Amino acid sequence: MTETAIAATRLGKRYGQKWALRDCTLRVPAGRVVGLVGPNGAGKSTLMNLLVGLDRPTTGELDLLGERVGPNRALDRVAYIDQEHTLYRNFRVHEVLKAGRLLNPRWHEQDAVDRLHELNIPLTSKVGRLSGGQRAQVAVAAALARRPDLLILDEPVASLDPVARRDLMATLMAAKADRDCTIVLSSHVVSELERLCDHLVVLDHGEVRLAGDIDDLLDGHRLLTGPAATADRAPVGTCRVVHQERAGDQVSLLVRGAPPAADPAWHARRVNLEELVMHYLASAADTTGGGKHPAVLG
Amino acid sequence: MIEFRVETGSGVPPYLQLVHQVEHALRLGQLRVGDRLPTVKEVAKRLVINPNTVLKAYRELEHKGLAKGRPGQGTFVERELAGLPVERQAELRTALDSWLASAYQAGMDADGIAAMVATALHEFRPEGST
Repeated sequence: MTETAIAATRLGKRYGQKWALRDCTLRVPAGRVVGLVGPNGAGKSTLMNLLVGLDRPTTGELDLLGERVGPNRALDRVAYIDQEHTLYRNFRVHEVLKAGRLLNPRWHEQDAVDRLHELNIPLTSKVGRLSGGQRAQVAVAAALARRPDLLILDEPVASLDPVARRDLMATLMAAKADRDCTIVLSSHVVSELERLCDHLVVLDHGEVRLAGDIDDLLDGHRLLTGPAATADRAPVGTCRVVHQERAGDQVSLLVRGAPPAADPAWHARRVNLEELVMHYLASAADTTGGGKHPAVLG
Repeated sequence: MIEFRVETGSGVPPYLQLVHQVEHALRLGQLRVGDRLPTVKEVAKRLVINPNTVLKAYRELEHKGLAKGRPGQGTFVERELAGLPVERQAELRTALDSWLASAYQAGMDADGIAAMVATALHEFRPEGST
């Protein structure tokens, strides 16, 4: 397997006058489970459409699994599942599999049959009669039957109830344990990504705000809390202040870099994934919205 | 066999939670030399967590000499951790209780204390450790 699953260089996509994605440079090592997060309209779906070849970039370059993306190249090793788990509702499950067999050069039908059997989903059922969770499982089984090296899921559980969410993610995580591949999941629920993902990409207003391995990102940030009156003298050392947030006479600063030395007036602690993402998104909102507390970026 | 669990939002990386749970089970004698740890797939599926997290935890346990992977068979406990004598544990517990009392007195709440302890544990490097 190639070492880099996704290499995007200054990738951009413009629709009319509006840049849905701009200057997107990413490098995702193979084998990661990537959480792609950001508010609605951040560019998540645009990026995913470029990754799976549903759309062509306006600018920049995209390599997947060590190959420049193009017709009959790289994309046959990429599988994609959209939010609605789109399947023909009049098809029976075995007809979904037959379509997969006819349409895909790489197809391992027994993988899908075994997986669906384990989930008690009969091959004779009509897709339209299945529950939302079962339909999602059929879509995932069909995607996995292609044995993709890169699996891309756009908000895969957004439409599912909690039990179906858990079951679908259990299927995905077990599949990844069986056969190593790179997975990209988009979501706007950050908390549910913490146990699934080991790599994070935060998008907002079409730009990458933060990207990297999650353990490194969490190790590399601290939240400093102290008196707002002396915020400008906070012991940040050489750390970059990503975002500051005032609450009463206290101020919290998210800093990136080596943890600053202890100062009795200031308390430094680690952040969790959700806090990290929220501070980056808030900082982006400050800079793009012309807020009163411009965050120091770059 | 050990039953893992993962709590998110605690600030402790999930892989470290798994490492700590194995160490805890070793100290309590719930895991012994030769015991097999659940496979990466079993843990990933049951806890619905990234298999890379389980792999990272098992690599860390191997690095500490506590477990060893045998190709095609699984990961097995290699070494046990001696538990402290009961009296020594009680002494340490008393010291912890008095620290907790001062933290509450200073106005911290349980969440703040848990976060501080987790951070300190994660960052603390005892003398002589690698």
